[in-house]
Amino acid sequence: MNTMSSRDKILGAIRQNKPAAMPLPDQFTFRTEYPDLVAQFGQVLQSIGGRAEVVPDLEAVKIKVQEHFGDLSTIAVTVPGLESLATFSLAPVTDPHDLEHIELAIIPGQLGVAENAAIWISEKEMGHRVLPFITQHLALVIRAETLVANMHEAYQRIAPAATGFGTFLAGPSKTADIEQSLVVGAHGARSLIVYLIG
Amino acid sequence: MSHPALDHAAASEVFNRDEPRVNWHDETLWWVRQKRDRASVQLPEWEDLREAASRIKFHVLSHMDELLESFERKAQENGVTVHWAADAAEHNAIILSILRKHSVDKMVKSKSMLTEECHLNDFLSANGVEVIDTDLGERIVQLRKEPPSHIVLPAIHLKKSDVGETFHEHLGTEKGATDPQYLTEAARQHLREKFLTRRVALTGVNFAIAETGGFVVCTNEGNADMGAHLADVHIACMGFEKIIPKAEHLGVYLRLLARSATGQPITTYSSHFHKPRPGQEMHIVIVDNGRSTQLGREDFRNSLKCIRCGACMNTCPVYRRSGGHSYHNAVAGPIGSILAPNLDMRKNADLPFASTLCGSCSNVCPVKIDIHDQLYKWRQVLAKEGYVGGMKKASLSVAAKVLASPTLFRLSFNTARTALRIAPWAGNNPLNPWSKHRELPEAPKESFRQWWEKNRANP
Repeated sequence: MNTMSSRDKILGAIRQNKPAAMPLPDQFTFRTEYPDLVAQFGQVLQSIGGRAEVVPDLEAVKIKVQEHFGDLSTIAVTVPGLESLATFSLAPVTDPHDLEHIELAIIPGQLGVAENAAIWISEKEMGHRVLPFITQHLALVIRAETLVANMHEAYQRIAPAATGFGTFLAGPSKTADIEQSLVVGAHGARSLIVYLIG
Repeated sequence: MSHPALDHAAASEVFNRDEPRVNWHDETLWWVRQKRDRASVQLPEWEDLREAASRIKFHVLSHMDELLESFERKAQENGVTVHWAADAAEHNAIILSILRKHSVDKMVKSKSMLTEECHLNDFLSANGVEVIDTDLGERIVQLRKEPPSHIVLPAIHLKKSDVGETFHEHLGTEKGATDPQYLTEAARQHLREKFLTRRVALTGVNFAIAETGGFVVCTNEGNADMGAHLADVHIACMGFEKIIPKAEHLGVYLRLLARSATGQPITTYSSHFHKPRPGQEMHIVIVDNGRSTQLGREDFRNSLKCIRCGACMNTCPVYRRSGGHSYHNAVAGPIGSILAPNLDMRKNADLPFASTLCGSCSNVCPVKIDIHDQLYKWRQVLAKEGYVGGMKKASLSVAAKVLASPTLFRLSFNTARTALRIAPWAGNNPLNPWSKHRELPEAPKESFRQWWEKNRANP
C-alpha cells in the first residue's frame, strides 16, 4: 500500500486545480422567534412521532415513568436523581453488546431545539454510546430552560468535540423505505418520550 | 470501461412499458418534492440559508487542501487513523486490508453512495467478505441483487408487494404479506442479529469538520449508530468534498439537508463522531476518485458542492418518469448526470441528455448548484470530444446547414409540408422518437411566406 504517496498526489492535484480563494460568508446564522418554545418543541416532536410532557420536577418524572412503562422490566437510567427507576445496572457493563435486552433507557439531554425537536446528547450523558439506539424505548429528560429556537443557537451552546461522540436525536427511529409508508421503530428506539422539566 | 447494456433512453423505454407503475413512481416522487416545498416555506430565511450554504461550499472548494490537512491532523490527534485513496481500487483495497488485519470476513454497512461509486460490495464479495447493507431500502435492493435507484430512497422503484415477495424468499415472512409495519419489523429482527454479531461496521460521512477532525452521519433508522457503536472497528468513507470548515456551519447544512430531502425538519439521528470509544479502532478513508479532476473543470467544479439530498431527483420530470436504474450510475438523476461524465465520458455520454433543461433541479438545490446549466455545458463538451452518437450528431449537423441557408430552409419545409399532407404516417414511425406518444401536426396547404407573397407582397 502506498497511501502516503496517494495523500500527496491528491493534495497536489487539489492545489493545482482549486479555484481562486473565496471568503466565508459573513452571515450564516439566523434568528428564529417562536412565541412559545415549549409549545413549538412539543408540536414538532408530535409531528415526527414522539411525545413531550412538561413536568415540574424529577419526582413527577418518576411517577410518569411508572405510569407509562410499568410493564417493562429491563430499565437503564443515566439521569442523576432517577437511579431508583433502574432495574438494570450499567456500572459493571464493559461490552456494549450486554445492552441488547434493554427495554427502556432514561437519559438526560443537554438541550433541545424548538424548530426540529432535536435533543443534543453527548456520550457523557449516554453512559454507553449505543444505549439510546439499542434500547426498545427511550425517555429523554431535559430542562425546559435549555430549549433554543434553532440549530444555529444550538451550535453556539454545545461543544461537539468536547467528548468523543454526541448526537442530535429527534423522535423515534423510523423508515419510509417500503412504498413511502412511515413506519416507526426501524433499528433504533420504537418510541420516544421527552420529559421537559420546568 | 465498457458501455452500459442500455443507454438512458433505451432503459427508460423498458421502464415505461408499465404505464400505471410509471405514473405511480412519478406521483410518489412528486409527493416527496411537495413535502420539501412545505418544509422550506416554513423558514422565512430559506433563500438566505441556501445562499450561505452555497458560499460556505465555494470557500471549501477554494481551500480544499488546507481544510483536508487540518481535518487529518485533528482526526489523528483524536486517535483516528486517516487513509487517502486516489481512486476506487485503492479505496477498496484499504477496506480489505483493514478487514484482513482483523481476520474479519463479515461486516455491516450503512448508506454510503461513495462505496456504491467504488463498487465496494462486489469487490469484497469477490474477496470472500460478506457485506450486509443495513439501511432498510438498501437491504431490500441488496437481497434483490439490484443497485439503489435513488440516493436517499434506495427502493423507491419497488412496491410493497415486491418487498413482500423478496422478504418471503429471504427472511421467511408470510407469503403474500405486504404490510409495511410487518415487513419492517421482520427486517428489524433480521438486521439486529447482524448488528450484534459483526465486528466491523462501515458508514458513510455526511459532513467532515476541518476544525475538529470529527464527522457527522445522518440517518432516520439508526442503522449507522447501531453498527458503529457495537463494532470493534468503525470505518468511515468520504469523498473529499464532504469537508466543511467548522462545526457551527453544520447549523446551516442540517437545517437544509432533511428538509430538502424528505421534508423532515431534521433526520432522526445526526451523529457527531470524534474519537473511537475506548478499545475501539476508528478509520477514515478520504477518497479522490476523479474529484480533483472535477475541481479543475471550471464549468463543472460546483457539482462538488452537493450534499446528496436528492431534491433534484425528486423534482426532475425525466427522473420521475425514467427511474433511477436508467441512469446506470451510482448517483442517478440530474446531479448524477453532471457527476458521471467526469468519471467516464464514454460510458456516461448519454446522461447529460436525460434532461429537458427545465431548471427545476437548480431551483430546489439547497447549495445552489447550477445543475441544468452544467447539463447543457456537458452536452457541448461531449460532442466536441466525439462522444455523442451518430444519429443525434448527423441530424443536428443537417439541421445546422438547413437553418443557415434560406434556400435550403424553404425547399426542405415545402417538401416536409407536402410529405405530411400526403403521408402523415411517414413521420409517426419508430425512427422518429419525437412521435412516441405524440401525433405530428396537420400541415397547412401553404407556408406563411407563400401566403404573404400572395396576399400582401403584391397588393
